[in-house]
Amino acid sequence: MVHIVDLEETLAHHPFAQGMDPEALRTITGCASNAVYHPGEYIFRDGDPADNFYLIRHGLVALEIHVPQGPPIVVETLEAGDIFGWSWLLPPYRWSNDARASDQVRLLKLDGACLRGKMENDRSLGYEIYKRFVPIMARRLAGNRMRIVELATEPAVHSRQKG
Amino acid sequence: MVPVPFRIAKVIREIPGVYTWHLKSLDGKPFVYRPGQFNMVYQFGVGEIPVSISGDCREPDTLVHTIRAVGPVTNAMQQLRAGAVVGIRGPFGRPWPIDEVVGSDLIFVTSTIGLAPLRGLIHEVLHRREDFGKVVVCYGTRGIDDIMYEADLHRWRARFDMHVHLTVHSAPSGYRGRVGGVVAAIRAAQVDWPSAQAFVCRSETLTRQAVDTLAGLGVTKDRVWVTLERNMQCAIGLCGHCQIGPTFVCKDGPVYRYDQIEPLYSVREF
Ligand SMILES: Cc1cc2nc3c(=O)[nH]c(=O)nc-3n(C[C@H](O)[C@H](O)[C@H](O)COP(=O)(O)OP(=O)(O)OC[C@H]3O[C@@H](n4cnc5c(N)ncnc54)[C@H](O)[C@@H]3O)c2cc1C
Ligand code: FES
Repeated sequence: MVHIVDLEETLAHHPFAQGMDPEALRTITGCASNAVYHPGEYIFRDGDPADNFYLIRHGLVALEIHVPQGPPIVVETLEAGDIFGWSWLLPPYRWSNDARASDQVRLLKLDGACLRGKMENDRSLGYEIYKRFVPIMARRLAGNRMRIVELATEPAVHSRQKG
Repeated sequence: MVPVPFRIAKVIREIPGVYTWHLKSLDGKPFVYRPGQFNMVYQFGVGEIPVSISGDCREPDTLVHTIRAVGPVTNAMQQLRAGAVVGIRGPFGRPWPIDEVVGSDLIFVTSTIGLAPLRGLIHEVLHRREDFGKVVVCYGTRGIDDIMYEADLHRWRARFDMHVHLTVHSAPSGYRGRVGGVVAAIRAAQVDWPSAQAFVCRSETLTRQAVDTLAGLGVTKDRVWVTLERNMQCAIGLCGHCQIGPTFVCKDGPVYRYDQIEPLYSVREF
């Protein structure tokens, strides 16, 4: 019981849950657990079933894209207060990139498979969740568009040649 | 105003395609200017271009310019070695309004070569450190191999009285720093947003994005300072080459308060 109360409080303090309907908060807490990852550890991998999403409480998480015949590339890092993983909302529910702990990371792990079922039966819960995910998705999309502009207007540098 | 000859005393290759000159005047006279001002730099027989002054204005015996090779003049200049002589006209333009922001938290938002026009201001702010609140630099680059002024960034990061948030667009796996757009670095900054003053030096599209992000955090547009860059010829408000709408960038700028020129940012191909 103490555990659930702690989780609910932790969740309530995360920006993701700001202003959330108390009923929805309780339901989501029922699907939440704490998770800790050490530097370099994978949180999920490209192609694996996407049945969770994550709220970062502490640390830096790297989103990596696997490059065939080369080392993976970090394309974005996320930090405390951020949320990551939305493939659990979209069929076929598989991750499309890797997520890895850049340093010691503490997360709230939300069971998306469990929430998917609950959202089917409780549309207001679904609304609470989508209301929070859509602006984040829009912000990341807009941010990535701007990164394309920036990359297109900045000259490339291929090797380290200082001196 | 005729160009005054300066000798290139030192060339620093910052990153491929970007070089910094340390210049000394042939007559040994100090070069007095304020951060944010620019010079017209002339390579004899090639051409003359506007370039911001990137050094420390408290060291007037050395004039510092950082230049990115993008076209005929800047590519030709890239071939010059220590000992070569170039012509300098200046300083021109309105400097950063350092005295107007005394007492505030300061946030600098820039990427790649955009650090060049801000570097002198950051030096001056650090000379007068007690005059300001928090000092935060948000700097973005394409990757970990094109970080400009890396020694300065390391020095600034090591200070206890300022913060540097660096971000790169992509990095090899295992990189422990922040990866993403400059917006992520802005969001990481902890300043008193309702009173902070922001200095933004980016291309025009990306300036708007930075201004919008800052506005979302509470920095009103009358507390955002930006620079505009335009082709120039006379640099003294006579020829009209640098005119955009009602303003002449060479004499009214290159530093502007964002709210005073915001409409210019929505003019296509201005
Ligand atoms: C006030 C002011 C301060 C400046 N400070 C610096 C500085 O500190 N360091 C520096 O490297 N450059 C600076 N510039 C830009 C510099 O003047 C130009 O890059 C230079 O004039 C290009 O000359 P060029 O003959 O080599 O190339 P051009 O043939 O004139 O241009 C080559 C290509 O670069 C593009 N270009 C030209 N000027 C700019 C610009 N201002 N911004 C973006 N793209 C441009 C052109 O559209 C063209 O595609 C400044 C410009 C101004 C107005
Ligand atoms: S450059 Fe001639 S008016 Fe500005």
